[in-house]
Amino acid sequence: MEHSNRIRVLIAKPGLDGHDKGAKIVALALRDAGMEVIYTGLHQTLPQIIKAASQEAVDVIGLSIMSGAHLPISQKLLGMMKEEGLSETLLTVGGVIPHQDIPKLKDMGVSAVFPGGTSFEDIVNGMNGIIQNR
Amino acid sequence: MGVAKYIKNEKDAVEEVIYQSGIKVKPSYGPEDLDKAGFSYEKDLGDPGEYPFTRSLHPKGYRSRAWTTRQYTGFGTPQETNERFKLMIANGQNGLNVAFDLPTQMGYDSDDPMSFGEVGRVGMAIDSLRDFEIAFKDIPLDRIGSGLTINAVATIMMAMYQAVAEKFGYKKTQISTTPQNDILKEMIGRGAWIFPVEHGVRLVGDSIEYAVKELPRSNPVSLCGYHLRESGATPAQEIAFAFEIAKAYIDNVVARGMKPEEFVGRFSFNFNVYGNLWEQIAKFRAARKLWAKMLKEEYGVTDKKKLFLRGLFGGGGSGLTKEQPENNIMRGAFYALGAALSGAQTTALCSFDEAFTIPTPRSALLSLRTLEIIMDEVGLRDTVDPLAGSYFIETLTLEMEEKIQTEMRRVQEMGGMVKAVSTGFIQREVSRQAYEFEKGLQSKEYIKVGQNKHASETDEDQKDVELHGYNEEWAKKQVASLKKLRRERNDKDVSATLKALEKAATEGDNVMPHLVKCCHAYATVGEMASVFREAFGEWKEPELF
Repeated sequence: MEHSNRIRVLIAKPGLDGHDKGAKIVALALRDAGMEVIYTGLHQTLPQIIKAASQEAVDVIGLSIMSGAHLPISQKLLGMMKEEGLSETLLTVGGVIPHQDIPKLKDMGVSAVFPGGTSFEDIVNGMNGIIQNR
Repeated sequence: MGVAKYIKNEKDAVEEVIYQSGIKVKPSYGPEDLDKAGFSYEKDLGDPGEYPFTRSLHPKGYRSRAWTTRQYTGFGTPQETNERFKLMIANGQNGLNVAFDLPTQMGYDSDDPMSFGEVGRVGMAIDSLRDFEIAFKDIPLDRIGSGLTINAVATIMMAMYQAVAEKFGYKKTQISTTPQNDILKEMIGRGAWIFPVEHGVRLVGDSIEYAVKELPRSNPVSLCGYHLRESGATPAQEIAFAFEIAKAYIDNVVARGMKPEEFVGRFSFNFNVYGNLWEQIAKFRAARKLWAKMLKEEYGVTDKKKLFLRGLFGGGGSGLTKEQPENNIMRGAFYALGAALSGAQTTALCSFDEAFTIPTPRSALLSLRTLEIIMDEVGLRDTVDPLAGSYFIETLTLEMEEKIQTEMRRVQEMGGMVKAVSTGFIQREVSRQAYEFEKGLQSKEYIKVGQNKHASETDEDQKDVELHGYNEEWAKKQVASLKKLRRERNDKDVSATLKALEKAATEGDNVMPHLVKCCHAYATVGEMASVFREAFGEWKEPELF
């Protein structure tokens, strides 16, 4: 990657749901941990998220999903990331994620899952871990 | 306790107590505290029902009338919601508080690709007047008032409410509706905004102007400190920001040539009861006083009743935990107690299962019963403002008043609320508070029992809760009924009324009368919102980080 060694993260809110407190406070926590954070804002379509990730050359896309639609959205986004040549970019998912869905998300290619209630420390360590193993 | 900082010494005794609004609480209070604060009964309290209404809006409080209960209700198709409305009313609820699904809130029809997966999920799906005819069937709209939780397209739903009432044979002067219609708070928290700030505020202004002239029993705007608090604002900021938002709407309507006296009596408020009990009570008492003073001194309002801070004090979703969910039943009861001690006119409680999803009939009724038990068994109707004169509560009320004013000044220094939202100043401030609070929870400076204290080893206890289920069939049914409507309605009427709406939207005429006509012609929510999307464009959030 051409830019500095700080991890660059795109926090993204897909769909109509406007509950973005979680996305915003995770963005602040990652920034305090020394990462560069870009927040898409609300009501993003998946093509908009892909475009932002590629323009900003981020290392990680962090999806925040509260609506229960995390499985189809993640699947679709992973496919689009492949098509758009974002093979270096990793995907993480946070929000209202039932425990039984975590292995399903990982199987489809999501690098890490942070369900609501995960501590900032675990999220930061998780992000650092997946980057190191990339 | 979960929402104040308790600094303890090595013997586990509490040395310091700091409320979220930044007030330090002493171990005991006495007459000297009131002297020091310059407390005066006449100036700071007044008798119940007298200016500045710190104690109560009415001389006898709940003796003359218990509070109105309005549980937030709506899911699936209008049919399911109508059944739930009737269940709640049959069980003693005396007002409605309508929940719409996200596509409706965002101005998309149920068959729009943007609506996929969300139809009927977090509220009921509404596409046209035909749906309102089903949703409000057999509800006596002259006796039961309806809060409508809708913001970006509040003008559309208010028009549709008038249209359905007319369809049922009521006069528009008989009905009472309170759409939320607070777009600036959507831009700070909750996020169901569509149009740019100035157009969003203009629509709020249109609805106020219209309601004053045409809908004498309706309250066109409900200022929602509630969602600011849920998004992270402190209790003092919750009130301060809601008041500064109100001023932005007042400015818009005054610019149309109306006097505040003519319309501020129609404002209502929606505030949160989540937090430290005493801080909440002081917050509401200070808020009633500040609102009345501001309207009188800054806006020249003289009619006593127009100085009332009326509203719904309730909810408390942020306080609930998924962990050990039955604990939320206890929390709800204490929130209800706080609301009653604060003199709420209208109330609602988040149900204990709402940390997971929208409530089941059983949990919704439990909330309603909690509110009734507070009124009918515990003793909250006995006497008005029972805590008045407490050295602690009166000192705290004065301190809250000061904290609220400080927060209001910060917004004024930014150039007012429209500017503060457009630049992202308020959003950053609220997010920062949310972040600080979350850090406090994670470091156990703030305690949530069952979550970060005495937590369960597993999540087994969460599995016993019966939850509201989402039925995929609802979306299919709703889309089929929308397609049927499109075939059956008179297309000429639809396009003519939409065209007139477009003209009003672009030329700056009040859109409300045109929306009522669109609704009667069975134009869809998506079609009416598209007219606005074309005319106004969509808001782009300012950079926040």
